[in-house]
Amino acid sequence: MFYTRWQIIAIGLACLVGVMLALPNIVGQNVLRFLPFERQIHLGLDLKGGSYLLLKVDTEAAERERLENVLDGVRRVLRTANILYTDLRIEGGAVRFKVRDSSRIDDARAALQPIVGSAAAPEYQITSGEGGELALTPTEVVARERANDAVARSIEIVRRRIDETGVNEPEIARQGTDRIVVQLPGVQDPDRLKRLLGTTAKLSFHLLSLETPAPGAPAPPGTEYLPGTADAGHGGGRYLVQRLVDVDGSHLTDAQAGTNSQNGEWVVNFTFDSVGAREFGAVTTKNVGRSLAIVLDNRVISAPVIREPIFGRGQISGRFTAAGANDLAILLRGGALPAPLKIIEERTVGPNLGADAIRTGIYACTIGGAFVVAFMIFFYRLFGVFASLGLVINLCMLMGLLSLLQASLTLPGIVGILLTVGMSVDANVLINERIREEARKGRGPVSAIQTGFSKAMSTIIDANLTTLLKMMILFMLGSGPVKGFAVTISLGIMTSMFTAIVVVRLFIALWLRRARPKALLA
Amino acid sequence: MFGPRLVPDDTTIPFMNGRFAGLIVSAVLSISSIILAFYPGLNLGIDFRGGVAIQAHMKDPVDFTKLRPALEALHLGQMELQEFGSPYDVEIRLERQPGGDSAQQEAVTKVRATLERNFPDTTLPSVEAVGATVSGELFQNGLMALGVAMLAMLGYIWFRFEWQFGVAATATLLLDVTKIVGVYGLTRFEFNVTSIVAILTIMGYSINDKVVVYDRVRENLRLYRRMPLRELIDRSINETLCRTIATSGTVFLAILPLAIMSASTLREFAIVLLVGIVIGTSSSIFIAAPILLLLGEGRLRRPSPAGAAEQGAGGSAQ
Repeated sequence: MFYTRWQIIAIGLACLVGVMLALPNIVGQNVLRFLPFERQIHLGLDLKGGSYLLLKVDTEAAERERLENVLDGVRRVLRTANILYTDLRIEGGAVRFKVRDSSRIDDARAALQPIVGSAAAPEYQITSGEGGELALTPTEVVARERANDAVARSIEIVRRRIDETGVNEPEIARQGTDRIVVQLPGVQDPDRLKRLLGTTAKLSFHLLSLETPAPGAPAPPGTEYLPGTADAGHGGGRYLVQRLVDVDGSHLTDAQAGTNSQNGEWVVNFTFDSVGAREFGAVTTKNVGRSLAIVLDNRVISAPVIREPIFGRGQISGRFTAAGANDLAILLRGGALPAPLKIIEERTVGPNLGADAIRTGIYACTIGGAFVVAFMIFFYRLFGVFASLGLVINLCMLMGLLSLLQASLTLPGIVGILLTVGMSVDANVLINERIREEARKGRGPVSAIQTGFSKAMSTIIDANLTTLLKMMILFMLGSGPVKGFAVTISLGIMTSMFTAIVVVRLFIALWLRRARPKALLA
Repeated sequence: MFGPRLVPDDTTIPFMNGRFAGLIVSAVLSISSIILAFYPGLNLGIDFRGGVAIQAHMKDPVDFTKLRPALEALHLGQMELQEFGSPYDVEIRLERQPGGDSAQQEAVTKVRATLERNFPDTTLPSVEAVGATVSGELFQNGLMALGVAMLAMLGYIWFRFEWQFGVAATATLLLDVTKIVGVYGLTRFEFNVTSIVAILTIMGYSINDKVVVYDRVRENLRLYRRMPLRELIDRSINETLCRTIATSGTVFLAILPLAIMSASTLREFAIVLLVGIVIGTSSSIFIAAPILLLLGEGRLRRPSPAGAAEQGAGGSAQ
């Protein structure tokens, strides 16, 4: 039970740092400025209020679309090479077709080389099947890379879109292979954000077809029917557009909502980069008098008539509201998502609910803590006082660590703190009972305390390490609430072991040195 | 220096006399719990079942005669409406919407719009929508967390003690967990991810309690080399009885205010924890110890003739 001066100073410093780190959570705003540490505990959304969205990147849809492009490419290549084929289709994640004349299979393979890519790192694999069938399958490496890339780019675009809406401190993170977690503190009505995130925002310009097929007849080759956007007042209407994309939205450099100077309607003004400007200029020069459909995610926003050649800048009109024009501008500025996003989980909590939980949590912890202190002091007297002091330091250190690490405190986390109080009490009870037992065996105070601590230690370590081990595994495996719970308890176990075994022991040692008691038991 | 005692010194309660009674009562409770979990079944929350749960706070007391038809007109399948805490608050729960993950989102939008139209100034303190994929995963992850926690503790205790200790502790935990599930079945409390956290907490607490008793058994095994196992276990329980009651009592007291004061979610959690503390503490004495006795007799120690003399008393430990 002897501590050197340096040991005492080191332990004292550790406690002091713990208390200092915890202070920002306790003092008011006006004192906060004078503290060396300002970090407060980071509250989870369930306590702070806000919206949690789990998004799934539909990489399969993106892959399907890519295969459709490959299919077009294959058709073009085979036609150019004059190879007759049948049964060109997408099936089982591959583009398949049959070569009519089996002697030309090698020619077909050669013709497909530009699509397949370089021999060193091919993008597609050609396999031959029965009856002269050839199949182009994306190689595994490429498919994985693309999926990966799609998620990474989606996160980037999600972030841009959310930033534009002015949400404070959004958290956007990847989860697993194809998921994105979006946490929006303070957002109570996530409808607008959900709409923004749920829109792929693929913009393209197509000329309207000049043909007028009989009603009910299918769209002529090279054209397709696209519906109009409902909110632009064309609900139910459809447009016959040319399939060929004249200019696509990836060439936009800027988009801003504004009003049309002539009729005061809300519009979106956009600017093209140099390639886009050239393409757009070429199309509009050649087709003055025709209608150009502005298509967003396969829906026609509007199809104005080209009055004069347009270079560089353009305007999208479509009976927008101010909010609608603004949102479209945000979507166009942020760029299109590489794959559609689906919202697969939503949890939105209002600020009052969380505040209530914190308030009752604090009350309950305070009253519970008071019970514990009263209990300890009643049954263990002075040793109970030491234990209670240890408990307070323990809670401070835990709060300090949580603030320092910025781990989110969630509702289960509050329960974790309660369990920590329990563990801390248990350690002290174990020690005190053991000291008492040793004293009853006739040991003197110093010997009883020393043996009591050393014997209780192995029990405390076993009891705590079992839980710590379990919590670490849970942290690695678990998600969301379970993870927050595991973090709080793991930290709590470490601080409670430290305070029980080191700090409380120091208190008792200092007391022994000063008081020099003759006996522990009356 | 020390205050009054919770348990008088030198208490010797022959707990192991009731070993079979303890095991039988426990088995009966656990089996009925399992039956309760399937019939009538647990009140699964949307975490595990999927669907939509919306809490709405209205300006006026909730008029169910107006609310129900308004929402039923949306044709969103089976729906539960329930007053929630005050006459101004209502919880709307929809079953999982068919048609994939985004179907839940569409349902939320529809309900929100309907509430805004028919009950102006309604706020939504909480909206939760969980699709089928996620609910399936949450359930799987929850079960996995419980399983892994169980294995980790089995491994640790096996490593630190003997295999009999590890097996006895794990078997006891399994019995504890089934009883907690039974509590959920009996009270109809919502069973969700938070419930998994509650079960994990109780497991942690319970194993802690077992380790303390086992630790004393291990110590006494070294100390009294000829004492019959049954007597030795009884002695160990009695020696740690004071700490068992003191710790359980304080933790119980620490959680009690939460169970009395807090709002519904946290309250259910706290109540389950309180029951769990009672289950976890009693199982150390009435289940974990008897199983250890059954497994350990003849292995941890040769069965000695009755009335064997105590040995090694007064020998200093370690």
